[in-house]
Amino acid sequence: MSSVAVIDYGMGNLHSIVKALQHAAPEVDVVCVSDADSILRADRVVFPGVGAIRDCMQALNQLGLSDVIQQVAKSKPLLGICLGMQALLSDSEENGGIKCLDVFSGHVVHFPESLKDSDGNSLKIPHMGWNEVHQLQQHPLWENIPQDSRFYFVHSYYAQPNDAAIMAATTQYPDAFTCALAQDNVFAVQFHPEKSQAVGLQLLENFMHWDGQA
Amino acid sequence: MSLAKRIIPCLDVDNGRVVKGVKFVDIRDAGDPVEIARRYDREGADEITFLDITATHDNRDTIVHVVEQVASEVFIPLTVGGGIRTLDDIRRMLNAGADKVGINSAAVANPEFVREAAERFGSQCIVVAIDAKKVSQAGEPSRWEIFTHGGRKPTGIDAIAWAKKMVDYGAGEILLTSMDRDGTREGFDLPLTRAISEAVPVPVIASGGVGNLDHLADGIIEGKADAVLAASIFHFAEYTIEQAKRHMASRGIEVRL
Repeated sequence: MSSVAVIDYGMGNLHSIVKALQHAAPEVDVVCVSDADSILRADRVVFPGVGAIRDCMQALNQLGLSDVIQQVAKSKPLLGICLGMQALLSDSEENGGIKCLDVFSGHVVHFPESLKDSDGNSLKIPHMGWNEVHQLQQHPLWENIPQDSRFYFVHSYYAQPNDAAIMAATTQYPDAFTCALAQDNVFAVQFHPEKSQAVGLQLLENFMHWDGQA
Repeated sequence: MSLAKRIIPCLDVDNGRVVKGVKFVDIRDAGDPVEIARRYDREGADEITFLDITATHDNRDTIVHVVEQVASEVFIPLTVGGGIRTLDDIRRMLNAGADKVGINSAAVANPEFVREAAERFGSQCIVVAIDAKKVSQAGEPSRWEIFTHGGRKPTGIDAIAWAKKMVDYGAGEILLTSMDRDGTREGFDLPLTRAISEAVPVPVIASGGVGNLDHLADGIIEGKADAVLAASIFHFAEYTIEQAKRHMASRGIEVRL
């Protein structure tokens, strides 16, 4: 039986992601773990997270998981979700500037203040709700997911990678920002596949069958 | 194309059954919450909100079981409100599978609770529910105040100032109910909705008074709400969520279809 480890480091509720993974791939063993051995033993790793980046990095460092995630990023399929995606960048401007895991070269930045839509209405921050995900490359994780499908987002910061080649998708709010990154065996999304109904479950199912090759 | 406006069906749950009170008097049984949540998910609901109106403390575990069951088969955001008073109440709901909790009277009784909750669990899961009623007389500039206890108890707190304060304290979203309109089927209080939505930087969900599909569209277009919430028009299958979305799309509103 293949296995997936969901990293439990105290940042948010893992109920949804575990249930969604079980639903998407009933044949896979889903475990919530916070120790290095269990994470390194699993076939695949999901790195979720909600909240603030300072707390996230502190929790990872306290549990000794920063090195473990960097190791996973070199060896097996890894899916970063929301804050888990942001933590994979080099650094974030949240909380006055926080050094992150540097799996993807680039920064995490806040949406500009006073955004307006095309009708001149102020755009709300956080960016919350269902928005279109425009795929920029063919990737096993996009299989059977129609171009520009809507996924559920809730966030105020987003990733700005240094290398455009690792951008896997963009979303407009109101300008295009990177909402998915792909590099070797690592895939990361700003939206919540576990809350994005059918297309979200499809992405999770794709991840559960991904061998880590683009 | 960009962010879709959301349609959120709300299930008022009493002792594990969905009910819809018309002005809190004639409480009609509308069925099994898990069954109804499943149907709304199939019809394209963008989120689902459960409002626990169970009066007795002993029966409060019922809502936890409902959320657990729904969360293991419905993969869209779930919000639970009603009787959320402590950090432990929030933790219980999140552990059951809720993504957000709605805080109402506990915020009025102790605003610091909202700050603590946002610090502990993150603003993304803290929805502050505001029940507002118009207090200005005809001819005066419009003014709304916060009411508690189902709209019966005035607090003297200005609704716009309160909404801003709650966002400062960490609310990630505002669920705004007009107590003048709730249960009337006459449509949202649009000036109230617009005033709050333009006053705060976070998303505002309009609630209270929906009787037809144009009311939903009006809440977005004129009320400037980011999402619209309704209960009875969906429960008794007068309209499906999909019909509501198609109607909103026909009025130029971006929706997830």
